[in-house]
Amino acid sequence: MAINTDKNSYTIIFAIVMVVIVGSLLAGFANGLKPMIKANERYEKQQNILYALGVNNNEGANDVVFIGTDQVEEEFEKYITKQLVIQGDQVTEDDQAYLIDISKEENKAKKADYQRRLPLFVANLEGEELYVMPVRGKGLWDAIWGYVAVDKSMTVKGVYFDHKGETPGLGAEIKQRYFMDDFTGEKFLHGGAFKGIEVAKGNNDPKNQDKSDNEVDALAGATITGDGVSAMLRKDIKLYVPYFKTLNN
Amino acid sequence: MGLLSRKDAKLITDPLADNNPITIQVLGICSALAITAQLKPSIVMAISVLFVMGVGNVVISLLRNLIPSKIRIIVQLIVVATLVIIVDQVLKAFAYSLSKELSVFIGLIITNCIIMGRFEAFALGNGPWKSFLDGIGNAAGYGLILVIVGFFRELLGSGTLFGFQVLGDPVEKTGLYAIGYENNGFMVLPPMALIVVGIIIWVQRSRNKDLIEEN
Repeated sequence: MAINTDKNSYTIIFAIVMVVIVGSLLAGFANGLKPMIKANERYEKQQNILYALGVNNNEGANDVVFIGTDQVEEEFEKYITKQLVIQGDQVTEDDQAYLIDISKEENKAKKADYQRRLPLFVANLEGEELYVMPVRGKGLWDAIWGYVAVDKSMTVKGVYFDHKGETPGLGAEIKQRYFMDDFTGEKFLHGGAFKGIEVAKGNNDPKNQDKSDNEVDALAGATITGDGVSAMLRKDIKLYVPYFKTLNN
Repeated sequence: MGLLSRKDAKLITDPLADNNPITIQVLGICSALAITAQLKPSIVMAISVLFVMGVGNVVISLLRNLIPSKIRIIVQLIVVATLVIIVDQVLKAFAYSLSKELSVFIGLIITNCIIMGRFEAFALGNGPWKSFLDGIGNAAGYGLILVIVGFFRELLGSGTLFGFQVLGDPVEKTGLYAIGYENNGFMVLPPMALIVVGIIIWVQRSRNKDLIEEN
């Protein structure tokens, strides 16, 4: 029996059946894989935070190799002694602080009556107390984000940057060692006040030997991404300055 | 007599060279420009398209007598979209860092004109086995060009292959860089992909004069 596929009723029934089949198939897939995807996202955050602290599996001079996903939870527990949430003057401990979505917090903070929750990770690295702060901003095409590890005086101990869609070979280089390593030793404070760290063109210091100028050498061909990094650090790190003031008093 | 008859084998080998979807039919150019700055994403993209096209062609071919012709394009789109979402989810679950690297381009497989083109031109009129071969062949032809372009762009643009420095270290000035070689930053930008594809087309047509269009 040949089916008349041109009939309207057939077309509608076909469409409905197709949508139901496809819909349930996709729902099944999404549900089945969700735990793994969530776990991957968690591991990634932990890997990024540890990387900023200098805990990684780098071998060569240009490697960016994270702690493996099989060990990352263990290592995270080992190095991160406290996870704090700073909300105004209140500081509370919360071992899920690394899951705070800082872009959502930033949006909520636009309402006048909302105090933004700021996650801060306190780490103990070979006896020294270090602090890791998440940052998030805009590059040329899309979001850029990262983690910055500092000591009590807000001197950078390490950073990790990542991006969603910067130009490969230009802006995307912010996640390369030669850019990220330049931040180590730079200071966020200048003469006691917050100044930030500027990604600067023509600062006559391509090898970044001057660690007190609050500047790192920019990437060629990535002006807007570089400015985005400067702006992101200025905007997000500044929020933590009051907390660091209380630490040093 | 092997596994494939000569006619069937041609379905696979034709799109690799003389009827290549990128260099001859000039389809699927958009993704060929976007993701070939490095070799690894090119290969993952090629494999993903291989899966989507192989399975998609079979599904469409099996349904070919049932699909109402009025909504056939929408049905094709649903099939591609479903497969692409599955690929995306599987990559996120099992190859997270890779899926991050390819980000939006996996989703954009949906808009790859080669896939819709093969559904419409081949799978709707042929049986599942032939359609499967046709899908695999065309995806492989597409993937082949992707890998060639990715190889040259990564090598000349970043001096690396699969992320390994094969030409020496540009910062420490070792290897080729010691004698003044510089990476060509232009290679990592999309326009150079177009030029590399153009060179491939040129080479291919100068070796096989039958491919040259008249006028």
